[in-house]
Amino acid sequence: CLSLLSESDDGNFILQGTQVKDVVIKPEAPNTLLLDKHADYIAAYGSKKDDYEYTLSEYLRMSGIYWGLTVMDLMGQLSRMNREEIIEFIKSCQHDCGGISASTGHDPHLLYTLSAVQILSLYDSINVIDVDKVVDYVKGLQQEDGSFAGDKWGEIDTRFSFCAVATLALLGKLDVINMDKAVGFVLSCMNFDGGFGCRPGSESHAGQIYCCTGFLSITGQLHQVNADLLGWWLCERQLPSGGLNGRPEKLPDVCYSWWVLASLKIIGRIHWIDKAKLRSFILACQDEETGGFADRPGDMVDPFHTLFGVAGLSLLGDEQIKPVNPVFCMPEDVLQRIGLQPDLLN
Amino acid sequence: LQMCFGVSSLSESREQNQYQFYNLMCLFFYFRDRKEWADLEPVPQDDGPNPVVKIAYSEKFTDVFDMFRALLKNDEKSERAFALTAEAIELNAANYTVWHYRRVLLQALDKDLREEMKYITAIIEDQPKNYQVWHHRRMVVEWLNDPSEELQFVAEILSQDAKNYHAWQHRQWVMQEYKLWDGELEYVEELLEEDVRNNSAWNQRHFVISHTSGYSAILEREVQYTLKQIKKAPHNESAWNYLNGILQDGGLSSYPGLLEQVTELQDTCSSPYLTAFLVDLYEDALETNSSSYDQQETLNKALELCKLLAEEKDTIRREYWNYVSRSLQNTYGSGDPVSSSSDPPPPSSSQQPDTEPSDP
Repeated sequence: CLSLLSESDDGNFILQGTQVKDVVIKPEAPNTLLLDKHADYIAAYGSKKDDYEYTLSEYLRMSGIYWGLTVMDLMGQLSRMNREEIIEFIKSCQHDCGGISASTGHDPHLLYTLSAVQILSLYDSINVIDVDKVVDYVKGLQQEDGSFAGDKWGEIDTRFSFCAVATLALLGKLDVINMDKAVGFVLSCMNFDGGFGCRPGSESHAGQIYCCTGFLSITGQLHQVNADLLGWWLCERQLPSGGLNGRPEKLPDVCYSWWVLASLKIIGRIHWIDKAKLRSFILACQDEETGGFADRPGDMVDPFHTLFGVAGLSLLGDEQIKPVNPVFCMPEDVLQRIGLQPDLLN
Repeated sequence: LQMCFGVSSLSESREQNQYQFYNLMCLFFYFRDRKEWADLEPVPQDDGPNPVVKIAYSEKFTDVFDMFRALLKNDEKSERAFALTAEAIELNAANYTVWHYRRVLLQALDKDLREEMKYITAIIEDQPKNYQVWHHRRMVVEWLNDPSEELQFVAEILSQDAKNYHAWQHRQWVMQEYKLWDGELEYVEELLEEDVRNNSAWNQRHFVISHTSGYSAILEREVQYTLKQIKKAPHNESAWNYLNGILQDGGLSSYPGLLEQVTELQDTCSSPYLTAFLVDLYEDALETNSSSYDQQETLNKALELCKLLAEEKDTIRREYWNYVSRSLQNTYGSGDPVSSSSDPPPPSSSQQPDTEPSDP
């Protein structure tokens, strides 16, 4: 076949003709890890010219803080963040029902409850919030069929199954939910290709697969996964550029370096990825001027992709970064302190 | 767990929003200056006792959201509050608290839900990759108990992006909830005509058939359909995954004529997926100890293909192919178990870094 290169908006090339949807990494793309720049980027985030973007993302602020703190801790730079202010902020976000919101004055939600508990675990300050009420809140979101709603409005998604058990595991309270039903629901989301979607029948998606394998790890049910079949589907995410996509025929994105890679690590098949090629893709997603990582080379950076780029590199074994736990996406030393060692398959 | 749907689209929506913002600045009459709002004291953003970082808001954003917070604080349920939620949504449709409040108001004020359907239709058309807008639509459909517009609406959204994950979830929910299966297989086929590599469409095909006829009676039809699509576009992961998926229960090697049909495709429609499929088929023949296959010859063929994939056709996944090769040899080969010199002893605990292949 003829391979045809066409230039995309961001100056990368898209390979056509060979019928592979991918990007081409330019020779001048970054190829060394610029940790100091990333630390500076995160430390300054929100206080500079990007204010409008920061404002727009207020509805996920708790997760934004979790992304920033986690990546700083992985880089050994956690001390540059303002612990006291963040803890006070979290306290102001717990509602009477026990749930925690993304920011002050926003409604509680399971996503931000998890992020808050993760942050407080990093800071070893879990008791600044009412832990029993958090547990009640999470328990109250479990449905008849074992699934979890994200909040009182009832959206069901396996992401929320993961949020629920991850939150409870960090608090040492997994026993409060109906475990059998919770597991049953997640397994009912397993598809013909070995992957998982957001609800039964939903298309397999790497992000949902991370949530489901993470869930099954926490609940001790990894033996229910067809590890060879799922591992195959996951390693099929790797494209010629070395980057990973989230489902067939999609472009690579650095955050899949986390969703896919962590899933593979959980099911014991991380070596099925070509590590050198993935590493060079991740490094190419850095911005040498501003610091931070973008979804793909040449795009705008943000804290979300910065965390997952760095966490992906950690899973690949980069020794300049602390080891990261593939289930919780938190530094291993934090989980060791808590005493949490979720199962991984060999 | 926000996925990129909410986050990386910020860079697009940021430009859109800035453009809207500059446009509207000229025309916008701040709420704080409107006499109908004079009784409310705007509530500035408060990130806690000490703000985490300094935040500079655009004027309009500040105006609208300060008022929003005032309304929330007073738990006000009024027409003006309802109108304000629309302003807030226009500025930031991902703000889930605003959507919650709007739903509370829809019920408290007994608003016309048909009008709300028109509203949410417009919002989704503008921002189709946002969790909140789709969940809102679902709630309105549930309240109305009327799915009659849904399939057409989702088809319209999918015509702009045939893989929109939110759209597909909504479609599946509508179909299951209201038992609207008629015509869906035809719709899936249309989409596959347009893009035979659309993984969402292949998934939907499996969804529809699983919930209607099931596979037993129509398996041959599906096999032939899939092979036909493969001939059109051989390098198609979704089609091969589908073929594998529907035949797994029965076993690949025992399906009549399958090996012949796939082998026939090798000349004109070769791809790593075809070769991988053959490996799976041979593995199934070995596992079931099928009498139709010479075991030794089948093993040799499978190993040969694994080598071809690892060394030539799919080198990026050489570790996977070497694993399959070793597994086959160790399970079905005669003689001593194979281990290459690069294998270390198996890790003693699951906590060890998983950097080397481990023997089965």
